[in-house]
This record gives sequence, C-alpha cells and structure tokens, in this order.
Amino acid sequence: MAYKIVASQCTVCGACEFECPNSAITMKRDMYIINPDKCTECEGEFDAPQCAAVCPVPNTCVPA
Amino acid sequence: MTDAVVTLSTLHVGKGRNSLATTLEQRSGSGCTKSSCGAAAGPGDLPPEVWEKIKDHPCYSEEAHHYFARMHVAVAPACNIQCNYCNRKYDCANESRPGVVSERLAPEDAVRKVLAVAAEVPELSVLGIAGPGDACYDWRRTKATFQEVSARLPDLKLCISTNGLALPDHVEELAAMNVDHVTITINMIDPEIGTKIYPWIFFQGRRHTGIEASRILHERQMQSLEMLAERNILVKVNSVLIPGINDQHLVEVNRAVKARGAFLHNIMPLISAPEHGTVFGLSGQRGPTAAELEAVQEACAGGANLMRHCRQCRADAIGLLGEDRGQEFMLDKLPEEAAVDDAARRRYRAWVDAERSDRRAAAEAAEADMADSVAVGAPRLLVAVCTKSGGRINQHFGHAKEFQVFEVDAAGVRFVGHRRADNYCLGGYGDEDRMAGVLEALAGIDTVLCAKIGSRPRQTLADAGIEAIDDHAYEYAETAVAAVYAARFGTVAAPALRA
Repeated sequence: MAYKIVASQCTVCGACEFECPNSAITMKRDMYIINPDKCTECEGEFDAPQCAAVCPVPNTCVPA
Repeated sequence: MTDAVVTLSTLHVGKGRNSLATTLEQRSGSGCTKSSCGAAAGPGDLPPEVWEKIKDHPCYSEEAHHYFARMHVAVAPACNIQCNYCNRKYDCANESRPGVVSERLAPEDAVRKVLAVAAEVPELSVLGIAGPGDACYDWRRTKATFQEVSARLPDLKLCISTNGLALPDHVEELAAMNVDHVTITINMIDPEIGTKIYPWIFFQGRRHTGIEASRILHERQMQSLEMLAERNILVKVNSVLIPGINDQHLVEVNRAVKARGAFLHNIMPLISAPEHGTVFGLSGQRGPTAAELEAVQEACAGGANLMRHCRQCRADAIGLLGEDRGQEFMLDKLPEEAAVDDAARRRYRAWVDAERSDRRAAAEAAEADMADSVAVGAPRLLVAVCTKSGGRINQHFGHAKEFQVFEVDAAGVRFVGHRRADNYCLGGYGDEDRMAGVLEALAGIDTVLCAKIGSRPRQTLADAGIEAIDDHAYEYAETAVAAVYAARFGTVAAPALRA
C-alpha cells in the first residue's frame, strides 16, 4: 500500500515533498521518488493522499 | 484625465486602510498627476520614507529601472495554486516570461549565485524570489535564502512575489526579515471570474476546486493586503489581463487593492501560445493587444498607481530590466566562494545619485523651455526612444529590441510605457520580417529618437509616417523629446534650445 510518482509527467516542483506527513518523498538524482516503506497513503491523517492532492499534474501521484 | 478620477475617500475602505495609503493620497492628490506612471517621478511626488524604500528598486521606481538591476533566484518551485496561464515544465533559454527558469536552486546554491552576481554586477540592488512556485508556500527555502543573503549582503533589498494564499501565515517573519517589497498576483476580486482562471488551490491539507477555491483565494489575498499595509510593507499588485475574462473587471481590482493600501498596480498582458502547454495556450485564449492593454490602464486612472515599465521577466532573470544575464551565472559557471566586496556597488550608487540629479535638472530645464516656446493646445506627439541604459538615447535603431515611449504635449513630457519588438524566439526570420515586426511595435508613434540609424530603415520609417532623428544621440530622453517637440511646434524659439 503505497503511492508512486509517474516520472515522465513529474515537473519536479517539490510540492509533494513537504506535504508528505511521513517524509517518504525525497529527491534522488533529478527526480522525486516515494519510499514505499514509509508511505501510508496518508491513511488516518488526511482524507486524501497529500502528494496527489497538491500535485499540479493530474494522474502523476498514483497508487503503486 | 482627472474627470474620471475616483478618489480614495469615495471608496468603501476596510480596516486595512493605513497611514501609508493616507499619506500617498494626500501627497499625490487624485492619482495621475504630472507623470502617468505613479512611481515614475522623482522624490517630489512621494513621502520621503516611501521614496527611500523604492528609489533603488527597478520594479517599483520607473526612474530606478534605468540604473539598477535585480536578480531572481528560483528556490521555491512548489506552488499551492494552479493558474490556467502557467505551466512550469516548459523552459527555453530564449524565452522571457514569468514562471520560467533554467535551473532550480537549493538555498545554499542560491546564496552562492547571489554573491557571484553581486561581485560582477555593481548595479545589483534587489534580490527577489518570484517563482516558479510560490515563495510563501515553499516558505522554508525562501526564508533560508533570505536569512543567509541578508547576513552576507545587508545592502541588498529583499522582495518576494506570491499569490497571497499562504502569506498571512508568514507576514510576521517577512516584517522581521525586513522584506519591504511584496508583490501579490491578484487577477480578480469576484470568485465567479476566478473560476475561469484557477482550476484548483491547495489549502489546509486539501485540494479545493470551483467557486470555493476562488473564494478562499480571494479572501486570503485581501487579508494579505491588509496585513502588509498594517506593517507598512510596500505592496505591488500584479494582474494578468486576460481578454474576455477579466479585462472589464480589472478596474474594480485596481480600486479594491488601492483601498487596501497597495502602492502600485501592474497590469500585464497574458502571454499565451499553444507551445507553452498552458490551459489558456491550448484552448486558444489570446493575449491582449498593446491598444487593449493601454485602454485598461487608462480606465484605471485615478485608482492605484500603475506600473508601466514591466518587462515580464523570467523568474531567474539577472540584470537591468529588459536585459537578462542569467545564462552567465548558471551554477556550473560559478566560483565555489565569491569574494564579498561592496566597494564597487557603493561607488556605483554614488555615481547614480549624481547622474540622477543631473538628469532631473536637465529634464526640468528642457520642459520649462518647451513650455515657454510651445502654445497651449499644440498637438500631442508619441515619441519612441532607443536606449540601453541610463535613460539616455544611446542605442542604434537596428539594435533596439524595445522602445521607450514618451507622450509629449505643451504640458510636458511623460513616460507612457515600453513597446517590445523582439517577440519571443524570433531567430530565423529575415531582416524584412523583423522590420515588419518593428513597424507593428511602433504603430501610432510619430517620431523615433536613436543614437544612429541607417538610410534604408530611415526611409522605411518615413514611408510609414514616422520620422527618425539621431541628432540627439547620448542626450537624456526627456531633454531630447522636449527639444524635438519645441522644434516642431514652438512658436517662440527658446534660448536654451536654440543653442
């Protein structure tokens, strides 16, 4: 149970990085990635996964 | 112009009304006075404490933009709203428009870049964080950058550009860090109109859409204006003019932001093309023509002062307005540790002080002579000037990528704006096409003043009814415009102009 970032669509804006309540999103080389071990899909904390809610590009932060 | 004026006192004024707005109103009378760009004129038109804040800021003072350079660092790429005119993914080194950068910077890289530029560019007076993204939303990076820069280079002015949604959360820290210039982009005060511009916002952990998104954004923007005014922080409001969506509405925006203490209003044309990949670009929404832009600016007369010298620079632009040296200062070209030396900047500022008083005196003398020699009611002329810097006529016509436009009549010489003749990515077109573009940019202009011009372009201009004059090379623009006008319409030859 985790989200992932579709690299081909990501604009590397970084908005998801600091919304993630689990610090699961980090920059690796030139791309953001989600650590599936840390991602909880924001369950119990928010109504919706914060990365998907803040991402400017539709369908870029999606269930892995 | 004064008959259409709505004074501040006739407007509904909320609790945000502040001492600054009151002073400005008292000093400047009812808005547009001598110089059409409110912040254009010298210290005489403004309270001393305001003039002191803006006099070296190229974006806030029309006069300062001839002398001082700004740089932007893109440290805060994340954004909490989506605008239909923005797509941050697109970058082209030849393109100049807001929201576009070539590289994103970590705060420590940004500091290194600022130090390097300060060492090379004595004109540097302002560091701005202007996106892409929102400086207040991505606050930790903005704050880290400002704190380090103000410790190393305390003489630089700090300014930010924001959509205002997150600003109320950080206004205390802004004030504490001496950020005394804030730009908020406000495109509407009516959420119904906002729904056509903003598909969504991200606020308090949730994405909001539709009218709710625009309502929240609007309320936070008005709150931001009021909080900044209470702290005497100068606020510029940027509005993107989108034909058919907010063109009629911007007059109301102008009045509303003035009532909440905004110092300057910058109405910018929408930049829209399919290749930018923006919603507006793809839907075919067009930008306004120069005439449409001027009409809206004219309709706002008497409201908040208008900025007319904006060049819509890239979010990582470096240099004087209209110039971008960003490519010289890419990270891989920077030294590891730049020397901190403010001697060159101090010397340069002393020179500017002298040059400015000289220019002001020359312009006043020339206008006085002109007023003596020209009969009241002589026709209005629009004069385009080719200048590289310093407000002097010092550019060859063929090199001009933009023209500064002055309006002159018996009452005096007024700067009215810029006309650009370098539409994006023009490379590859022949000279004939370029000349056609220049002629289009010069529509309605009577006279062009330049340092030099070839015989063929001079003839082309003449065929289009435009006289080119290079007799006033290296003079101050205002002085030369006044002299040309007096020579054409003067009935009594004024002694100083005859000489």
